Amino acid sequence: MSPSFRRNHYAQLPVLAALAALLGVPAVMNTAQAADAPALILYSAQHEQVIDMLTDAFTKETGIKVKAHEGEGPDIANQLVQEGASSPADIFMTENSPELVLLDEKGLLAPVDAGTLAAVPREDSAPSGDWVGVLARENVLTFNPALIKEDALPVSMLDLVKPEWKGKIAIAPSDSDFLPLVSAVLAEKGHDATLAWLKGLKANAQIFDDDEGVVAAVDRGSVATGIINSYYWARLLTEQGAAKTHAKVYHFTNGDAGALVNISGAGILASSKNKEAAQRFLAFLVAKPTQTMLAQSDVDFEYPLAAGVAVNSLMKPRADLQPPAISLTKLGDDQPAAKLLREAGLI
Amino acid sequence: MSWTSTRRPPAALVAAATVAGLLVLIPIAWTAGLAAGVGPADAASLLFRPLVGELLLNTLGLIAATAVVTTIVATAAAWFIERTDLPGRRLWAVLAVVPLAIPSFIASFAWVSMSPALQDFGGALLVVSCSYFPLIYLPVAAALRGMDPALEETARGLGLGPWRSFARVVLPQLRPALLGGILLVALNTLTEFGAFALLRFRTFTTEIFAIYRTSYDSSEAALFGMVLILLCLLCLAGEQWARGNARYGRVARGAARRTPPVALGWFRLPVLAGFAVLALVTLGAPLGMILYWCTQHNSAATSVAAVNLPALASATWSSVRLALGGTAIAMALALPLGFLATRYDGRLIALLERTAYLAQGLPGIVVALSMVSLTITLLRPLYQSAALLMIVYAILFLPLALVSVRAAFGQVQRGLEEASRAAGLGWFATSLRVLLPLAAPGLGAAAAMVFVSVVTELTATLLMAPIGTRTLAVQVWANTTTLAFAAAAPYAALMAALSLLSAWVLARRFGAAHLP
Repeated sequence: MSPSFRRNHYAQLPVLAALAALLGVPAVMNTAQAADAPALILYSAQHEQVIDMLTDAFTKETGIKVKAHEGEGPDIANQLVQEGASSPADIFMTENSPELVLLDEKGLLAPVDAGTLAAVPREDSAPSGDWVGVLARENVLTFNPALIKEDALPVSMLDLVKPEWKGKIAIAPSDSDFLPLVSAVLAEKGHDATLAWLKGLKANAQIFDDDEGVVAAVDRGSVATGIINSYYWARLLTEQGAAKTHAKVYHFTNGDAGALVNISGAGILASSKNKEAAQRFLAFLVAKPTQTMLAQSDVDFEYPLAAGVAVNSLMKPRADLQPPAISLTKLGDDQPAAKLLREAGLI
Repeated sequence: MSWTSTRRPPAALVAAATVAGLLVLIPIAWTAGLAAGVGPADAASLLFRPLVGELLLNTLGLIAATAVVTTIVATAAAWFIERTDLPGRRLWAVLAVVPLAIPSFIASFAWVSMSPALQDFGGALLVVSCSYFPLIYLPVAAALRGMDPALEETARGLGLGPWRSFARVVLPQLRPALLGGILLVALNTLTEFGAFALLRFRTFTTEIFAIYRTSYDSSEAALFGMVLILLCLLCLAGEQWARGNARYGRVARGAARRTPPVALGWFRLPVLAGFAVLALVTLGAPLGMILYWCTQHNSAATSVAAVNLPALASATWSSVRLALGGTAIAMALALPLGFLATRYDGRLIALLERTAYLAQGLPGIVVALSMVSLTITLLRPLYQSAALLMIVYAILFLPLALVSVRAAFGQVQRGLEEASRAAGLGWFATSLRVLLPLAAPGLGAAAAMVFVSVVTELTATLLMAPIGTRTLAVQVWANTTTLAFAAAAPYAALMAALSLLSAWVLARRFGAAHLP
């Protein structure tokens, strides 16, 4: 504080403003709450722009408002577990199935309408019928052809821990898309091999916060390859244009764990007091017009699960992918994977 | 000595001040409780592992490097501004402080969007140094102003050259100011989250966030939170100690003369160039990048929220509304405490005041996570509410409010209050009719300063914004983490504008230029 204040009566304005705030804020908050009362509460770990698109279209169609609370899959799932029966949430929508599996295990989800479940392949939803698959996303290796030739890329994601890959690989272990990959390796190779693999990655990899950062680093040539969801590559390509984009994608084949396809799904909280509207929202998510809108949007780059809807043309058709044969149940709830990541020092 | 110390402090005020003290202790206690839930064996295996070593090395290495850079830059800037005939000293003095008004995560957004290559130690050093060097510049400039020229003149008279007299006479006198400033820089570096997250530089705060978002269990994040709190409190204690030792008294009575300015001669040209570069790096580059991105296109694929006027207006309103509420609560907590601290003595009051200042060492991410966890378990009605976020703002910025409130009350001459009490008015009527009107300008400045800090706060806002609320800070964050720089820019520009404008108003209304 300066020791010499010049006093004049304008100087009292901030005080008046603060007083006005003290009196005015509660009034404003009350009116805001009253107006929003009947909205559906959506806890979402999907991309905000996708959620905005979906909720706008849903509100237009049904007149039901949706308020979204956003975050990363595991932290939102954890939040729902902690909130338990008194959670304000009606719907949980996320990018990866394990978070839904976790909530289902804890008995926090309510059964989804049979009609909604029937709109997508049975193996892409919960066997219990407590959550529905909405979209699928593919894991790939992105690479920069200026730094590495495509034929030099590894046959398996597990090879990336070999010494010749030191410094040439980028990963984002704290991105919620990375956990399911660890779960996949764990399901196929067991605890010890997975831990050894993660420790190898720790030695070889450059660490980023999220897939966006990984693909951007590969694109600008600061690292040769990176493990990402193809979503982020397609998004960068859309943003920059093909001429300016250097990063390419490489698909692991022959059922390699690195070719895992994640299911992005949604469920209704058992504690929801607005289940009817929530069921309508889930039905809306898997309806053909909605899935077509997403696939053609150039905003979302996931595989639509509704029959007869083609994926965005930037993506490799789902029929040509060769993911590992790991069921959603076997993939599990990511909890052991999260533990292994810590044990390996990646988080 | 006055009516104050002989009377018992009003019980209502003591109760109100106790609330403020307790509020600060709650997040510490809750975090400690959660961390204790980990169990000693697990805690040991979590804490004594290579990653924690890496984080410590990263954090301490950055603090050391930042301390060196900021000390050199800030001391040189302060010396040239205070002690030489450098042209445009008033302007440079202002420009040396303005970076404080640019939130460091906004600066970090600007640099990252210029070159992603900055996402490492070098980038973190650049951003943190630019943001925090005023924290050293301010105390050093004040110390240089207050120094008695006689000592230097004696040194020169005894045959020391200008450099050696600076090193042997001036520098030792600057030591308390430097040390205090460096510890403040260290404290800010420890608690900074947004800038490092955007720069992908791993420190304790970013790691706590990573644990939080990948974990199904909050005790682990709490354990790291406790480590961070301890580091912060160490810095805080050091800073208090340095401030306590900050007196290099003059033996002579009477006013010290102003040191005659050193004539720079031809050397003024490189110095001017240096100041121009400093302003360009600390202000020109971040503001320029924000403006550049404002003119660029962003596709819908990467932008988190469509940038249009209603979205901007609603985010601005959300930020302002939350900040007004947070400011009001912070002021309401600081007023009784500030009043007691300036008007009464006593151990309880001193204890409460110290407790309130502890909040300076509380990282936003730790406070936010602990309050979320606390309300989810015990205080459901507050959970996810705007009121809770406002309370957290109030906790985080209570020290700032308190310092300013104390200063405002300290300005008021006691005699007027004593006259009022002698005329038979009680403490409440005296405060209402004498003290508050007299202290109003200072209190207004305090409120404005807290408001600026709250409106640019990121961490707590990010973790605690009520469902459906999108503030300016949250939008900058969401867009920058998905590399949608053009979409983030208008929000960043609004935040920078809001902050710079408030700082400018503050300086115009309340700041006094020190330079002749």
